Amino acid sequence: MEATSFWATPWGWTIITVGQALAVIVGVMVSLAFLLWGDRKVWAGVQMRKGPNVVGPFGLMQSFADFLKFVLKEVVIPAGADKIVFLLAPLITFILAFMSWAVIPFAPGWVVSDINVGILYLFAISSLGVYGIIMGGWASNSKYPFLGALRSAAQMVSYEVSIGLIVICVILLVGDMNLSRIVEHQAGGFWNWHAFAPKTIIVMFPVMIMFYVSALAETNRPPFDLPEAESELVAGYQVEYSSTPYLLFMIGEYANIVLMCALITILFFGGWQAPYPTAGFIEPGSVFEAIHGLLWFIIKVVFWFVMFAIAKAIVPRYRYDQLMRLGWKVFLPASLVAVVLIAAYRVFGGDLI
Amino acid sequence: MTLMAIAFYIMALITVAAGFLVITAKNPVHSVLFLILAFFSAAGLFVLLGAEFLAMLLVVVYVGAVAVLFLFVVMMLDVDFSKLRQGFANYLPIGGVVALLLMTELIMISFAVADRGAAAGNEPQAFTADATNIETIGRVLYTDYVYLFQAAGFVLLVAMIGAIVLTLKHRTNVKRQDISKQVGRQRKNAVAIVKVKTGEGIKE
Repeated sequence: MEATSFWATPWGWTIITVGQALAVIVGVMVSLAFLLWGDRKVWAGVQMRKGPNVVGPFGLMQSFADFLKFVLKEVVIPAGADKIVFLLAPLITFILAFMSWAVIPFAPGWVVSDINVGILYLFAISSLGVYGIIMGGWASNSKYPFLGALRSAAQMVSYEVSIGLIVICVILLVGDMNLSRIVEHQAGGFWNWHAFAPKTIIVMFPVMIMFYVSALAETNRPPFDLPEAESELVAGYQVEYSSTPYLLFMIGEYANIVLMCALITILFFGGWQAPYPTAGFIEPGSVFEAIHGLLWFIIKVVFWFVMFAIAKAIVPRYRYDQLMRLGWKVFLPASLVAVVLIAAYRVFGGDLI
Repeated sequence: MTLMAIAFYIMALITVAAGFLVITAKNPVHSVLFLILAFFSAAGLFVLLGAEFLAMLLVVVYVGAVAVLFLFVVMMLDVDFSKLRQGFANYLPIGGVVALLLMTELIMISFAVADRGAAAGNEPQAFTADATNIETIGRVLYTDYVYLFQAAGFVLLVAMIGAIVLTLKHRTNVKRQDISKQVGRQRKNAVAIVKVKTGEGIKE
């Protein structure tokens, strides 16, 4: 058997895929460490503090120090806890958070698994994310975690509905569920991005903002961090967790946040497309195109992450009934209307406006 | 094909084992968790069949929404296990009959599959070779079966309205938050500046 054909066999394919998956996981983990640091810096900046500034230059190594500290602490399991479920919950959160990254196109052709139901896969995996929290809250055998878990279950299920409808708007515009096709559909400058395309901006720009707010709620970020509202529930479903299990919860949560940033980027901000036309000077399929795309993708994801961090710093927490009202009475009808409008545009207004 | 076979046997084994554990687990929450595992590996089997759209829908609808509500309810229940087991002997005959019926049906289906189905070489064929299976399902669902599809939608709508009617309560004398009223409130309607002379207070 020749050396080249080995990679085409199932076993070679398996090795390649495992290698790609590892590369993505390591890449996301390392960038998470710095994004976490950035999150704290933005938060500190809004409150006119310095933020982490001791470990390494500008405190850049703070996340790694925290990581070591978490790992070296003792794992405390409450006596009345359901031990297996208790330890399974953070693992589920962690694994699901990284499973979603399999279908994210980082740059032209840079995607681990380019499946044609990519967006549906993301939606399915993110709808599973609620299990980590419910299981953690229930298995702790304690009142506050249980209340936090119940809140988060209702909250995440509610906002998934409007996220689903918003995603349908984008699918209607593109006519495909493959994430790479969705990004390619927005090629040729920022006026072709779904958020800014002149023909649909009047619907898609507000829809993008709704997606952003729903993403905040879906990832339990402030102002919607009611499952872990410290003034009401101590730390919600995380109360009984310590050491590495807690670390897994936290990494999973941040991986989900960055995933949501990547998703907004792909659905509305053109993914790896540059904001200017690249047809003249970048050769399609070249290495430069890939690196150029990756750079723009990272810039956009970091932009959205900063938006998440600022929202955490400046917006006060919602009350629970207000959260439910926003999800069911405002976002759900609004996104339904958006779906109807976009569908009407697709059917009647192809070259009307 | 070997990888597919390995994946199939692993998933099938997990599905069957999880299904078995659903009924044998002592804690009802564990039962629901095993049920979720069974759903999830069934979705994996759909992917192996090439029906990735159905697989994703199974995960989104059953695992992501229906099972969450199951778990929600079961976690809130205060179940007394010893009481639950008391009636076991009373229910045994009727349970046995139902189990027997199900068993017969399953055996009949397996014979059908072995006789004329996938096991006899009649693999399921793709409706159209070029289209993805989302398009294929859409073409069938919105043409041949459009009335049934609409009817299913109406059934769901009726169920939804029924649930709302059952739980809706019109209570009077309840203070509710009206957000548009709050946002529309202006300073001149809400604040009055009064100069008060010492020792007199405000009349009215």
